[in-house]
Amino acid sequence: MLKRLILAVVLLASPVLAVQPDEVLPDPVLESRARELAKVLRCPVCQGENIDESNASISRDLRLLVRDRLLAGDSDGEVLDYVVGRYGEYVLFEPDRSGANLILWLVGPGVLLVALGGAAVFIRSRRPTDGPTEPALSDDERARLAEILRE
Amino acid sequence: MIAELGHFALILAFGVALIQALVPLIGAARGWAGWMAVGEPAASAQFLLIAASFGALTYAFVTSDFSLQLVWANSHTDKPLLYKISGVWGNHEGSMLLWVLILALFGAAAAWFGGALPPSLRARVLSVQAMIGASFLGFILFTSNPFTRLAQPPFNGQDLNPLLQDPGLAFHPPFLYLGYVGLSMAFSFAVAALIEGRVDAAWARWVRPWTLAAWVFLTIGIALGSWWAYYELGWGGFWFWDPVENASFMPWLLAAALLHSAIVVEKREALKSWTILLAIMAFGFSLIGTFIVRSGVITSVHSFASDPERGVYILAILGVFVGGALTLYAARAGAMQAKGVFSMVSRESALVMNNVLLAVAALVVFVGTIWPLVAEMFWDRKLSVGAPFFEKAFTPFMIALAIILPIGAVMPWKRGSIIKASQPLWGALVLALAVVALVWAVGTDRSAVALVGAGLGSWLVFGALAELWLRAAHRPARLLRLPRADWGKATAHAGLGVTFIGIALLTAWDMEDIRVAQVGEPFTVRGYEITLDKVEQIEGPNYLSTTATMTLREGGVVTAVLHPEKRVYPVQAMPTTEAAIDYRFTRDVYLVIGDAQDGGGWAVRTYIKPFANWIWAGCMMMALGGLLSLSDRRYRVAAGARRSAAPLAATPAE
Repeated sequence: MLKRLILAVVLLASPVLAVQPDEVLPDPVLESRARELAKVLRCPVCQGENIDESNASISRDLRLLVRDRLLAGDSDGEVLDYVVGRYGEYVLFEPDRSGANLILWLVGPGVLLVALGGAAVFIRSRRPTDGPTEPALSDDERARLAEILRE
Repeated sequence: MIAELGHFALILAFGVALIQALVPLIGAARGWAGWMAVGEPAASAQFLLIAASFGALTYAFVTSDFSLQLVWANSHTDKPLLYKISGVWGNHEGSMLLWVLILALFGAAAAWFGGALPPSLRARVLSVQAMIGASFLGFILFTSNPFTRLAQPPFNGQDLNPLLQDPGLAFHPPFLYLGYVGLSMAFSFAVAALIEGRVDAAWARWVRPWTLAAWVFLTIGIALGSWWAYYELGWGGFWFWDPVENASFMPWLLAAALLHSAIVVEKREALKSWTILLAIMAFGFSLIGTFIVRSGVITSVHSFASDPERGVYILAILGVFVGGALTLYAARAGAMQAKGVFSMVSRESALVMNNVLLAVAALVVFVGTIWPLVAEMFWDRKLSVGAPFFEKAFTPFMIALAIILPIGAVMPWKRGSIIKASQPLWGALVLALAVVALVWAVGTDRSAVALVGAGLGSWLVFGALAELWLRAAHRPARLLRLPRADWGKATAHAGLGVTFIGIALLTAWDMEDIRVAQVGEPFTVRGYEITLDKVEQIEGPNYLSTTATMTLREGGVVTAVLHPEKRVYPVQAMPTTEAAIDYRFTRDVYLVIGDAQDGGGWAVRTYIKPFANWIWAGCMMMALGGLLSLSDRRYRVAAGARRSAAPLAATPAE
């Protein structure tokens, strides 16, 4: 039993950390750009993890690829285009603003405008009409009120 | 034997639920008091039967009865007792059983404490609640039976997913379900009111505590889940905009909106039909969440039961209940005559703004969550929608909400003036600007996130304090005599502010360091000196651990000795990281131990997480605010007033 456990440890202990020390670029500016890019790229084989967090080997390949492109002098946009060209738009966590995706991006502001318009119409409809809606106090009530106030 | 009894009790509960769904409804329609009265004992019986069934399953888990397929697949004799118990709901079948148990509990609570409700309304509420119960009991019995036996019981089980073997996650699902399922009460009340054709202040007064309780549980559940992700997943993230997280966040946003619109119904008899719609949608989104988690249509880190057949069944339940309720709504909403009138500048209008912002924010989250599915279906595009989208599309709504919240909170009902009402808030504004200046001075990077987030957060906190001061008429002695609802409101709003501050400062100022650390050689991260003292192999009850001992020094003084671990659970063949965190008021130091390196030394990740605790402290304040509000006198009075035996319990109003 113990032998099997030790074997299991040896086999499994390897990929626990995402970013490994040997991946880190010496230039801190380039490295921080690489980290930011890694956060918007999705690991192609995991479930909803970005390549910065993922332990999968393909994510490591992608992280190294991003760093290679940065070292080659690519801008952030060029790096993303390069990765999307190879792996498809699935790897982008932030969908582009083209074609049908415009619906996704505009649904928030669009519906907000409609809702604000609707709310404004509704609130106007609740506006008190001119003059008091409740009938004014009768003479009896006025006398009673004066009495109460005097007490 | 006990498992069979549990199964049998579940079948009986299904039968009782069917009776409870039909008999009181017919009784209420015909005005037969005897038929209406069936609801109450049926609700109690349904709850007791499901509780017995749940108890039987728990017994099987605790005694490690591996002849049950579910126990075999999710437990192991070496597992600590706490996780044997939490393993009951750490899987699809058991969690559904917990779901219906809580559903029946809420139904029974409505029967026990609803004595003051009009009999026909109570009968209809219990009936709708039982319809939901019956459909989910049917779902369990026909597609996800937890009591399935194995012909040849194995010697030991396959153990629970190690990530779930954690105290935070043991209690995360029950709270979340209390929240999800608690919204079913608001739904049942809404549908019952639609059938009755009447919504008034008394109705709102009944719905609000249930919604408030559900929202409190949901807040705690979400906070626990987020805190767990923070310390367990090993990189200190607290929210990932994952589909399953979104599934719990949408009902939370809608429940928050519902709480506020129900206030308008209660106090002013306006916004009735909108409140009914919100109640339907809030529970509808709970069901959508259940569907997302259990159907596997949207891939997520959390989905633990990806089975199309189950997905179709839940989709059918969702269609029948939400579709049915909306049809009823379309037919009857016209009957909800609004009474209260108010002008453009008033508390009512401010609450309408709150509802607009929260509801549209929930819609943005919803569209973002299902967009990959829609894009693939209609345009054949395989794409992803993740954190960067939600941060850009969702955050503006929260900023707008935070700006108007303190002003709306002090606005008078009916008619007000922004200038006059905001008078007490000038101090809060000045203090919030002072905090912005402080953040500007302290921060080295002039981060807009930190400035805006901390400024808005302190605006909320100081605004809540200013409101309390205003309500107490500037007299300290009166502060303690304020109604609990006032305190609850201020606490919850200030809690939102604290969470804002935590998220903003953590996002703006957190720092990460990855390096190979040699044993005994200190290294420095942002002024903290860290030494890796030793690394040991330790055997836990059901795992093997690589445990490091690390010393944290500030200015040469030892502040903490931390033990980050790397564990391997041999049965599930799965590694986990156990970060070690030094929690302080203004920062966490978060250490993760990695692999031994070829050239000697260990990979070590160090994070400095400023103000991380504030995120969850704020959530707890929101939950506490909800509880304070829930304990307010007028709910107890409302509950006690109609109990003729205790008329003296109500103290005269001041």
